[in-house]
Amino acid sequence: MNGIKIFDSIRNIEITINNHKEEIEKLDQEIGDGDHIFNILRGLQELLNLKDKLVDETSDKIFKQLGMKIMTTVGGSSGALFATLLIGMSKKFNPELNDLNNLSEMFYEGVESMKKRGKSDIGEKTMLDVLIPVSKTLINLKDESNISKVAEKIIIVAKDGMLSTKDIIATKGRASFLGERAKGHIDPGARSSQLAIEAICNQFINN
Amino acid sequence: MKKFVNEVDNILSESLIGFGKAHSDIINVNLSPDFVSRKNKPNKDKVSLISGGGSGHEPLHGGFVGYGMLDAACPGQVFSAPTPDQMEAASNEVYHNKGILFIVKNYSGDIMNFEMAADMIDHANQTVIVNDDVAVEDSTYTTGRRGVAGTMIVEKTIGSLAETGASLDECKNFGDHVNNMTASMGVAFSSCTVPAAGKPTFELSADEMEFGVGIHGEPGRRREKIKSANDLTKEILDNILEDLKPNNNQEVLLHVNGFGGTPLMELYLLFECGQKLLEKKNIVVTRSLVGNYTTSLEMAGGSFTITKLDENIVNHWDSPVHTSSLRWKI
Repeated sequence: MNGIKIFDSIRNIEITINNHKEEIEKLDQEIGDGDHIFNILRGLQELLNLKDKLVDETSDKIFKQLGMKIMTTVGGSSGALFATLLIGMSKKFNPELNDLNNLSEMFYEGVESMKKRGKSDIGEKTMLDVLIPVSKTLINLKDESNISKVAEKIIIVAKDGMLSTKDIIATKGRASFLGERAKGHIDPGARSSQLAIEAICNQFINN
Repeated sequence: MKKFVNEVDNILSESLIGFGKAHSDIINVNLSPDFVSRKNKPNKDKVSLISGGGSGHEPLHGGFVGYGMLDAACPGQVFSAPTPDQMEAASNEVYHNKGILFIVKNYSGDIMNFEMAADMIDHANQTVIVNDDVAVEDSTYTTGRRGVAGTMIVEKTIGSLAETGASLDECKNFGDHVNNMTASMGVAFSSCTVPAAGKPTFELSADEMEFGVGIHGEPGRRREKIKSANDLTKEILDNILEDLKPNNNQEVLLHVNGFGGTPLMELYLLFECGQKLLEKKNIVVTRSLVGNYTTSLEMAGGSFTITKLDENIVNHWDSPVHTSSLRWKI
């Protein structure tokens, strides 16, 4: 893990999310207030702008600064939650561990912090329906030697999590204001999280 | 999209700069981080009131900064919660030795960002969460009811109490009390267009309305055919009164709020419908407010808010206030 790899991932996430911009916006307008995609794209652009400044720093410092940047520029629920994820991840960085071990522990910590911030858990029709299963799977597979295999598995878990939000009646997030009316719709936060995870995983498979 | 725009990305900052210049006698505007604060600092120690939320609801909250109401307001991007660094900077600017009271509409993004701010600041602080919208039922879900047009009534009355030198606890408790005495509900006749999106947030046919709409155009209870103003008033007020359970001869404040795209002529008509109906139910409207105070960009439609009055609430409602959008007795 280093600055170049981290910023490559952000670039890949930005490209993927941009390719699905209209789909995510539509999902959000059906059950939210339509601001999700703009917040995400604005945030990703802000992060990419930090590349020259941060690329040579240690990974924990990069994650912390990325989190602070999201916190101060994005706003909304997604800003608070993604900032919490990144700052949480920065706290668990351990340069002694290999990348998969490190990333698994960091991601787990980040997702746990998010659960606390959003007072939310799995099964509530939010992005956590993607992130929690991914974080658990990563912990289970953290000693696996075949990185491509782990990445392929994570892509499937993330997709299953995203699709699971379709049949849940929301109890958290904007969609909760809709109750039954949100049923049958995929949560936009779950979709964008799943796309981001898939973008990162593809980077490992392609290498 | 037809709006007054130069660059979509600059809408908020250009609007804030204009707001600052237009009301330079009352407020200062700080940019990056964005917040609005009072021009004339209080000359005594007092609890500092800070509110904020997404932009697009003007005059809420910046229009209520000034003597007798807020000390500062933090505007986020259109319909997006402000960020914690804004609240931190505003807190440092307006702290006046008696603690900070945040007034937050109950939307998850606002709640989380204000919580993060509360963690970051060194001053004693508390938060009043406003959740006056009865359209979506309160439940075991922590997101619960939304905070809408009743927020400005909470801001006005706590603002008045804070000017008397009341403690942070007293202000917090009074804010919770006013929130409990207040209930709102609205309908939308048309959508609004978030500038960054460039197209309407939702679609309504010519003869449809969104009943129980939220202040971002987010769906309410149901979509249905429009009705007469009297029928709409009855349906909305029945929901509000079921929540407030007023006594016989209860005195109330009746606030008719426009969402931005409905003429005042219709809002006054709606006030007449509401007042008449309440009179029949032996509820006495002794205070009134009609106008566009908590808007949703250019959305057509409006909401009723009722606050049950007691001696304290009336006194703090009537007391002098000097902000850009609410001014009396001064």
